[in-house]
Amino acid sequence: MIKAILIFNNHGKPRLIRFYQYFAEDMQQQIIRETFHLVSKRDDNVCNFLEGGSLIGGSDYKLIYRHYATLYFVFCVDSSESELGILDLIQVFVETLDKCFENVCELDLIFHMDKVHYILQEVVMGGMVLETNMNEIVAQVEVQNRMEKSESHMERMLLRRHLEPLSPHSHELG
Amino acid sequence: MALKIVKGSIDRMFDKNLQDLVRGIRNHKEDEAKYISTCIDEIKQELKQDNIAVKANAVCKLTYLQMLGYDVSWAAFNIVEVMSSSKFTYKRIGYLAASQCFHESTDVIMLTTNQIRKDLSSPNQYDTGVALTGLSCFVTPDLARDLANDIMTLMSHTKPYIRKKAVLIMYKVFLKYPESLRPAFPRLKEKLEDPDPGVQSAAVNVICELARRNPKNYLSLAPLFFKLMTSSTNNWVLIKIIKLFGALTPLEPRLGKKLIEPLTNLIHSTSAMSLLYECVNTVIAVLISLSSGMPNHSASIQLCVQKLRILIEDSDQNLKYLGLLAMSKILKTHPKSVQSHKDLILQCLDDKDESIRLRALDLLYGMVSKKNLMEIVKKLMLHVDKAEGTTYRDELLTKIIDICSQSNYQYITNFEWYISILVELTRLEGTRHGHLIASQMLDVAIRVKAIRVFAVAQMATLLDNAHLLTGNVQRKGICEVLYAAAWICGEFSEHLDNPTQTLEAMLRPKVATLPGHIQAVYVQNAAKLFATVLKSQEGNTDSTAAQETSQLMIDRLPLFVQSANLEVQERASCILQLVKYIQKLQQKDVEIAEEVIALFAGELNPVAPKAQKKVPVPEGLDLDAWINEPPSESESEDEQPRAIFAKEEPKHSRPRHTEVDEKELAKRREARKQEQANNPFYIKSSPSSQKVYQEAPGVEHIPVVQIDLSVPLKVPGLPMSDQYVKLEEERRQKDRADKKKKEKKKRKEKRSGRGKRHDSGPESEEDITPAHMVDIVTEEMPENALPSDDDDKDPNDPHKALDIDLDNLMEMAGRRPLADSEKLPVRSHRAAEVLKSPAQDGDAESAASQEPKKKSSKEKREKKKDKDRDRKKSKEDKKKKKKHKHEEKGEDLLGGQAEEPVVQSEATSEVAAPPTSTTAEVSDLDFWLSNAPVPSNTQEAATVVAAAEAAPTSEVASGTAPDSEPDEPKDTETEETKSSKHKKKKQKKEKEEKEKKKKKKHHHHHHHSDGGGEESVQNGTVEEEEPLPPMSNYCLLAENSYIKMVNDIQGNLQDGSQVVVSVIFENKCDSFLKSMEFNVLDSLNSKLQRPEGSGPHDGLTVPFQLPPGVSNEARFVFTMQSIITPQKLKGTLTFIVKNEDSSTHEKLDFKLHFTCTSYLISTPCYSDAFAKLLESGDLKCSSVKLEGVVMPFHHLLARICFRHHFSVVERIDSCASMYSRSIQDHHVCLLVKTSGQTVSIDAKCDEPTLLGNVLDEIKQTFSQC
Repeated sequence: MIKAILIFNNHGKPRLIRFYQYFAEDMQQQIIRETFHLVSKRDDNVCNFLEGGSLIGGSDYKLIYRHYATLYFVFCVDSSESELGILDLIQVFVETLDKCFENVCELDLIFHMDKVHYILQEVVMGGMVLETNMNEIVAQVEVQNRMEKSESHMERMLLRRHLEPLSPHSHELG
Repeated sequence: MALKIVKGSIDRMFDKNLQDLVRGIRNHKEDEAKYISTCIDEIKQELKQDNIAVKANAVCKLTYLQMLGYDVSWAAFNIVEVMSSSKFTYKRIGYLAASQCFHESTDVIMLTTNQIRKDLSSPNQYDTGVALTGLSCFVTPDLARDLANDIMTLMSHTKPYIRKKAVLIMYKVFLKYPESLRPAFPRLKEKLEDPDPGVQSAAVNVICELARRNPKNYLSLAPLFFKLMTSSTNNWVLIKIIKLFGALTPLEPRLGKKLIEPLTNLIHSTSAMSLLYECVNTVIAVLISLSSGMPNHSASIQLCVQKLRILIEDSDQNLKYLGLLAMSKILKTHPKSVQSHKDLILQCLDDKDESIRLRALDLLYGMVSKKNLMEIVKKLMLHVDKAEGTTYRDELLTKIIDICSQSNYQYITNFEWYISILVELTRLEGTRHGHLIASQMLDVAIRVKAIRVFAVAQMATLLDNAHLLTGNVQRKGICEVLYAAAWICGEFSEHLDNPTQTLEAMLRPKVATLPGHIQAVYVQNAAKLFATVLKSQEGNTDSTAAQETSQLMIDRLPLFVQSANLEVQERASCILQLVKYIQKLQQKDVEIAEEVIALFAGELNPVAPKAQKKVPVPEGLDLDAWINEPPSESESEDEQPRAIFAKEEPKHSRPRHTEVDEKELAKRREARKQEQANNPFYIKSSPSSQKVYQEAPGVEHIPVVQIDLSVPLKVPGLPMSDQYVKLEEERRQKDRADKKKKEKKKRKEKRSGRGKRHDSGPESEEDITPAHMVDIVTEEMPENALPSDDDDKDPNDPHKALDIDLDNLMEMAGRRPLADSEKLPVRSHRAAEVLKSPAQDGDAESAASQEPKKKSSKEKREKKKDKDRDRKKSKEDKKKKKKHKHEEKGEDLLGGQAEEPVVQSEATSEVAAPPTSTTAEVSDLDFWLSNAPVPSNTQEAATVVAAAEAAPTSEVASGTAPDSEPDEPKDTETEETKSSKHKKKKQKKEKEEKEKKKKKKHHHHHHHSDGGGEESVQNGTVEEEEPLPPMSNYCLLAENSYIKMVNDIQGNLQDGSQVVVSVIFENKCDSFLKSMEFNVLDSLNSKLQRPEGSGPHDGLTVPFQLPPGVSNEARFVFTMQSIITPQKLKGTLTFIVKNEDSSTHEKLDFKLHFTCTSYLISTPCYSDAFAKLLESGDLKCSSVKLEGVVMPFHHLLARICFRHHFSVVERIDSCASMYSRSIQDHHVCLLVKTSGQTVSIDAKCDEPTLLGNVLDEIKQTFSQC
């Protein structure tokens, strides 16, 4: 099981947090701080696994992370997950982001946290890996985005229809 | 209305959306909190509006603020509103917000049930998907109960997208509502074979999670998973399954045996490191579960260790880390295999990565031996000095202590060295572990009697230099050591050189700055010291010295009497009065020392840490009952100081056993001696054979060790342990020499009784005797201590509730869907949807009408009574349920349900129901595990039944002897005939079990005959499941009546000119084999590596001896010039066969064959790299054809992989590309194709001679079989 997925930048600012177990908000922030503290002091050429996060889990849990440019992607998992598998999964997730945002950078995550969540939801669900095939993930995300677009398009149409009868009316008032 | 919409939309244009909010926060870095609070106010306004778009926008912003740590639970109701929007866009925002901030105690959750149900059944699959995703994050027990049925229906949705989500969420539902597991399980199991790989993977995921917590309930799924493992190509699924097998094997060793081969093949063939690693892990788990060593398992261990070494040597830190992690698992059961890689692990200690260093430290723990302990600890001490950061240093410290103290100080040969290590550790800056060091000092000083003199001297030095420990800064942790030091000096004060000086040191004013509990020990032990000093001074004619000592006490103690610490105060004032009284007596010239000493007399025994817990409560003692009436409120205040005492070391309280009558003591001592005698790790103190080697005979008691004055004791600033290492080395050498002499003498004397010890072990480390005969006192346990079952399981673990016997369920599903209590609650208006099939409706009815009977049947199944009624009832049930959907699940039992009286119905339903692939595959687990051939057609069935009966499975063993029932049901048998048979069966209940078994075998057979279309699949699996013949690379080198040698040759990746020959020597005779010498005649091309200084014709001593029946492995390194042709080297093994009374020199000639294959190293290669290699044109081509190869293609590949060190690059149908690399970096590529019995191998290599030879060798491999 994946217990939490955290994305934060080199300064520890959270860009996405996803806990699959309930923690109160202040505890969540504490976990982010602790995790950042643990992860940020590690060189880039050391291994990507880390034991010893005291706040989540305990001895069965591991932090598995990857560092991309300005962002850390941290997965907190228990022993039922394969370490190398999760590393691959992070890679898949990031590649998917890259595909969905076209050359993803930190700014995309900052301004589109909701979209990142929607993508993540197609990868991991309730702490369990849902899909590892990037093409499948991208396809599902795109279908949903199209639905969203068509809905806002319809809304605009609707709006226009309402505006039209309104304008002569306002004219009349004028 | 229209106006309203327009107004809302226009308003929206002025609202901040998420992007604006983020931008705003970024622009207000200085007053972020203030800015956000105004934003929250705005959001509150927006939420008050009716327009859902505005609300959704507000909720979206709240989700962002939640990430920044703001509590947004106040908007929970608005979130629910947005969730219930009909628009996907808003719904998605709502569910996202809910999944981020809802939890079990969010009260609005109960309002969502109907909305979620509506969304789940939405025609739009993405509405359903969003609802499932959201629900997975905030499902509560209530939601789980109410929605379980809806989700279960979704598991069979037409869209795989929904199916996989529904399957995954079931795990969450099970956790919150365990009752749903039984009804949902059959469908979940069905999903393991879903056509969509995503759904399949989800099902595997869920079952793996379930099985990880309660593995025994899922054992029966092993055959199904086994099939998935051999057929799936999805690495994710494979990894999960392989991990699951790792959890199952400890429960069923036979499963492990079955797994070894396919896993080994995977290890050889996969190019995915993640998969390889998990395979290795599971193979390790299997090997641990099969503790008995089968011959080909040593090869598996070697394979694992070898693969792990490759991982550890990899430049990728992740692989290095995982390699070490897995290595530590092997270490537990096969320490020898790991110990040979000590070099590598010590190297990892220098790694810059702390995680890797910690892992390496873990490994070191298991690698120490008497021989290398000092060396390893020395290395660790160096690291302690170098280490930056207290956490790692503290970790090192605890590891050093762990390593040294493990299994009762088993590996410590020189306790002086250990004490000095502990003393050195006290000089660590800012460690937290002073307490740990202190308890070690106490433990060693108490339990190793011989070391007390030395320990006391060291501790006195520590006390004398206490200022170094306390320093100017309060070094909290380390001053704990003084606690131990003071206690040891006091308790064993008779060994002190200069007790007066120590007494003075203990009464210094500075002591008052120490923590209270340490001061208390100081005071108490000052009194003990005082007693000793008195004793030594009283003998003198001059009594002034004694009086001076008393005066010293009287002068210094008042300082402690004023202590704020109650314990210190109490002890100090007590002792002060005592000393004053003594002084009075002294002035009257009364001899008092004896009496003072008597105050502290008595032998002290260490008490095991758990001893207190294990004292059984005597009968009739009620610990909860009040002895006196409960004290009134006002009195309770007086009880405060308790905590102060509770913190004290348990050893602190000195249990005096003087009252225990001597007889009892003697009895206990006798019992303990007996136990110690049987304990191989117990170093005996009694004059034993060991002792005779070292000490002059007749010395009755442990000799007091003369402190070697070459070691400076009084200079605390100097590292001393190093000198002990040297001294120890010298001592060991001398010892060895001495022992050899003595042994010779002994042999002459023929004292067979004493000779026993020499045979005890082949390891040379056994020969290392401890520096002094130490008397390690075992810890005392109370008599009739209860065996401890340390149940560490968390009683709140949600998975406990999921420990549900599912085999039983599967067995009964066909006949009896589920007890009423186990039905998922269904909302009345949706009942029709859920219970679609009329059969199920019927079930519901029958279940309702027969509820009371049902319960009784349940009871009876356990108690085996009242069978007749049940039989009738079950027949009724059977009729109704014949067409039941879940029927095909009814099989697969593992003994647990052997008492099941109604077995016939199962078979009947099997006939009636169209068999699905599930049934066809999952045969009885025992049967599957017994490795008997699976029947593939009707003709064979009968034989199989017989075979299965005869097979030594536990199930059959539990039955009676096979006999043939005349009325054994035929395939076509109707229900009526069966029911008549039932009546007969009633009369011979005791035959039921056996019969059922037959039936079970029989219904396999049904499937094969009935499921026509199934058959090819089945055949396919039969082939897949057929285990590969055991393969071992070890081949016979030479053999005679004394010894057998088998060898394996592996290339060394690090050095292109080296190969390692591993030879297993097996002693076949009843005598002891020793002084084995291995020698070969070097050729120009190949040379045996000999240690420096030895001549080119000297033999190598095999580093062990072989007691009868024992085998052991040694490695020899050869250097090769050219590796393109095979070579043969002649060699000889000489050894001494030693009997009780004679010894003879023997020799055995052998020919070591270096094939070209042995220079190849299986190296994973990616297909693109492989393609490039082939295109490069540097490679020479050659090919070979093999005729008449009758083995499945994957066996063939596995054989090439295993025997010739290739790895599979890619496999398409009956064609595979393979790759290997020689130690001198020649690339060897193979393309293997098969058609019928002909296998053609096209090969390319940059060295044609090598290639030709390798192909010849492959050809030979296949001609042999």
